[in-house]
Amino acid sequence: MGRETPKQQQQISYTVEQLVAVNPYNPDILPDLENFVNEQVSSQTYSLEANLCLLRLYQFEPDRMSTQIVARILVKALMAMPAPDFSLCLFLIPERVQMEEQFKDLIILSHYLETGRFRQFWDEAAKSRHIVEAVPGFEQAIQTYAIHVLSLTYQKIPRPVLAEAINIEGLSLDKFLEHQAANSGWILEKGHGRGQLIVLPRNEFNHPELKKSAGDTVPLEHITRIFPILG
Amino acid sequence: MAANYDYEEAPGTYDDVNRQDLGYDPNFVPDSVKSFVVHLYRHIREKNVYEIHQMYDISFQTLSDRLFKDTPWPSVDAVAHYVDNDQVFCLLYREMWFRHLYARLSPTLKQRIDSWDNYCSLFQVVLHRVVNMQLPNQWLWDMVDEFVYQFQSFCQYRAKMKNKTEQEIALLRQFDQAWNVYGVLNYLQAFVEKSNIIQILEQEKEGGEQFTANDGYDYSGGSNVLKVLGYFSMVGLLRVHCLLGDYQTGLKCLLPIDISQQGVYTSVVGSHIATIYHYGFANLMMRRYVEAIREFNKILLYIYKTKQYHQKSPQYEQILKKNEQMYALLAICLSLCPQAKLVEETVNSQLREKYGEKMARMQRYDDEAFAIYDELFSYACPKFITPSAPSFEEPLVNYNQDAYRLQLKLFLYEVKQQQLLSSVRTFLKVYSTISLGKLANYMEVDEPTLRSILFTYKHKTHAVDSDGKITSNADLDFYIDDDMIHVVESKPVKRYGDYFLRQIVKLEGVVTDMDRIKLE
Repeated sequence: MGRETPKQQQQISYTVEQLVAVNPYNPDILPDLENFVNEQVSSQTYSLEANLCLLRLYQFEPDRMSTQIVARILVKALMAMPAPDFSLCLFLIPERVQMEEQFKDLIILSHYLETGRFRQFWDEAAKSRHIVEAVPGFEQAIQTYAIHVLSLTYQKIPRPVLAEAINIEGLSLDKFLEHQAANSGWILEKGHGRGQLIVLPRNEFNHPELKKSAGDTVPLEHITRIFPILG
Repeated sequence: MAANYDYEEAPGTYDDVNRQDLGYDPNFVPDSVKSFVVHLYRHIREKNVYEIHQMYDISFQTLSDRLFKDTPWPSVDAVAHYVDNDQVFCLLYREMWFRHLYARLSPTLKQRIDSWDNYCSLFQVVLHRVVNMQLPNQWLWDMVDEFVYQFQSFCQYRAKMKNKTEQEIALLRQFDQAWNVYGVLNYLQAFVEKSNIIQILEQEKEGGEQFTANDGYDYSGGSNVLKVLGYFSMVGLLRVHCLLGDYQTGLKCLLPIDISQQGVYTSVVGSHIATIYHYGFANLMMRRYVEAIREFNKILLYIYKTKQYHQKSPQYEQILKKNEQMYALLAICLSLCPQAKLVEETVNSQLREKYGEKMARMQRYDDEAFAIYDELFSYACPKFITPSAPSFEEPLVNYNQDAYRLQLKLFLYEVKQQQLLSSVRTFLKVYSTISLGKLANYMEVDEPTLRSILFTYKHKTHAVDSDGKITSNADLDFYIDDDMIHVVESKPVKRYGDYFLRQIVKLEGVVTDMDRIKLE
C-alpha cells in the first residue's frame, strides 16, 4: 500500500466526511484528516468520526503521528462533554504518548470535569492556557457542560455554586444571568438572607415528577394482537 | 499473490522452527478423504446446500477426530486431481485445511503467511468473479470469523519479538504485507460494499427484498456467497474495531443490522453470540451500561435455553466460553450501574451463583474491589492488538500486552471515578430529604467535596445514548433545592397494560380449549 500517491488532486474534490465514509482505511487520506482537525478548531465545528479515523491511522503508522494534532483532537473531545468522546479518543492513543506532559495535563482536566470538580478544573485550565486558548470556543463549551450538570442536579442553585462552576464572577456574572433569564427561562430569586438563588428550568432530571411514565404505556402493535379476540 | 503450494516437500526439508509434522506424509490421501472431497465437490457444483452443510459441519469434524487428531489434512496438491483441479474448490479446501491447522496445531510463520495468501486469493475470486455457488451460512460465517481470528493471532504472534529466530525475522521483513491491518479492514469493507448488503437490508424494510426471509439464500438461481459474506463482514468489522479499541466505529459498522430482531446473524449460533458479545462490550466501554445489560441478558437467556442442542457441535466449547465471559461482563455492568428490573430471573440466579460474592465486594470500591474489576475485565475482554508493523531494532521486545494494558488501565480509571458513588447511594436509600451540611458530615467530607460527588453521581448516571439524548439510568435519584437534597426513588411501575393483555389471551385460550371438549 503506497503512502504518497499522485492522486492528491482527485481527493480534493471529496469532502472529508465523504472520504471517511467511503474509504476510511486508507493511509493517503491522513493529511486531509489532519487539515480537517485544524479546520474544526478554527471554524468551531466538530466531527468525532473523522477524528477517530485519524487516530486509527496514527495507530497503524505511529511514525506519522503528530502530537500537536492529537492534543487538538483531545481538546475538541473535551468540549463535547457530557459525551464520552475524550475517553473514546484515549482508547486509541498509545500509553507512552499519554505519558507526555501536555497529555497528562489534558487527562487531569478531563478527570476534574468527569468528577464535577469545577473549581479545580478552572484553576488547572488557567495553568494550561497555551493548550486551551489555542482552541476557540473552549470556555463556552465547558460552561455549557457545567450548566448541563447543574441542570441535572439543582432546582434552585445558590449564586456562589453557579459562579464557581462556570468561572464567572461579579458584574460579568450579573450580565450572564440577565441573558439567561431573558433567553433560557432562568429565574432569579432572593434567597433567605444568603444571596441570590437561581431557579433553573424544569426538566425531567431535576423534577422527577415530569418524568414520562414510559412504564405503563402499551404499544399499539401489542393491542393489535388481541383484535381477533375482541372482534 | 499466487498461492504457494509447497507442501510437496518431504517433512525433512521443512526448515521452520516449530515442526509438528514428524511422521506425517502430506501426500497420503486415505480413502475416506478421497470420498469426502469428491462428494463435497459434487455437492458444491450441484448447489446441494443441505448436503454441503452436513459434510462441512459433521463429516469434516468426524474425519478430523478420527484421522487427523494432531496432524494436518492431506495437502491440497494431493487431492486436487480428484476434483478436476478446480481452482475455487482448492481455495475452499485450503481454507478448511488452515482452519484445522490453527485449531489443532500451532501454525508456523510460513503457514500463517500462506493462509493469508489463500484468503486473498479466495476473496479476490468472490469479489471480482461471478461465483455460482450456494454455501451454507455456517461456512460463510466461519470464513469471516476465522479470517479475523487469524489476524488477531498474527498480531499477537508478531508482537512477541524477543525470541524470534533470524529466519522468522527475515520472513517478517520479506512478507510485510501479510495480515497487514489495511488489508484486513479493506477486504471486510470491500465485501460490505460490493455485496450492496446495506442497501439490501434497507430495501427489506420496505418489502423490496427477501434477504432475511430466505436466510440469505438465493432461490432465483444466483449465489448467496457475496451477499452473506458482506453481511457477516459487518460483524467482522465490529470485531476488528473492538480489537483496536475503537468502539464507536465498531458499533457504527454494525448499525445496518437490527439486533432487536431475528436476522441472518441469528441463523448461525456462533455469529449470534459473537455479535452480541462485541456489541455489549463496546457499549460497556462507551458507558452505555443499560444497553449492554439488556443485550447480555437476552443472549444469556437464549444460551441457557438452547445450549443443550449444541452439545455435539464443534462450536460448543466456544459457546460455553463466551457464555462465561458475558456473565463476567454482566457482573461488571451491574456493579457499575445497579438495575433492579432488567435481568431475567434465570439469568439473575446464574449470575448470583457465579459472581454474587464478587459483586458484593466490587460495590465496596476498596483495593480488593479494584482487583476483582481487573480480574473480571481481563478474563472477559477481547484479545486487543497492536496493529502497527513491528520495530526490528535491537533490543527486540515483547509488546503483545500493550494494547490490553491500555484498555484495562482506562477501564479501571473509569471505575475509580465512580468510587464514591456507592456510599452516596447507601445514604440516599435511607433519607427522603437531607441537608448538604448533614450529609457532608456523615460522609466525612466538606460541602464542596460533597457537591462534586453529587455532580459525579448525576453525570455518571445520565448517559448519552447513540442519538445524543440524555437518559437517566439511576435507580435512585435526587434533586437539590438550595442546600436541601430531596431523594426520589423510581418506583417500579406496575405494568397493568401488559398484564391485562396476557390475561385476555390466556382466557381466550381456555375458552377455545373448552369448546373443543366433546361431552359424552
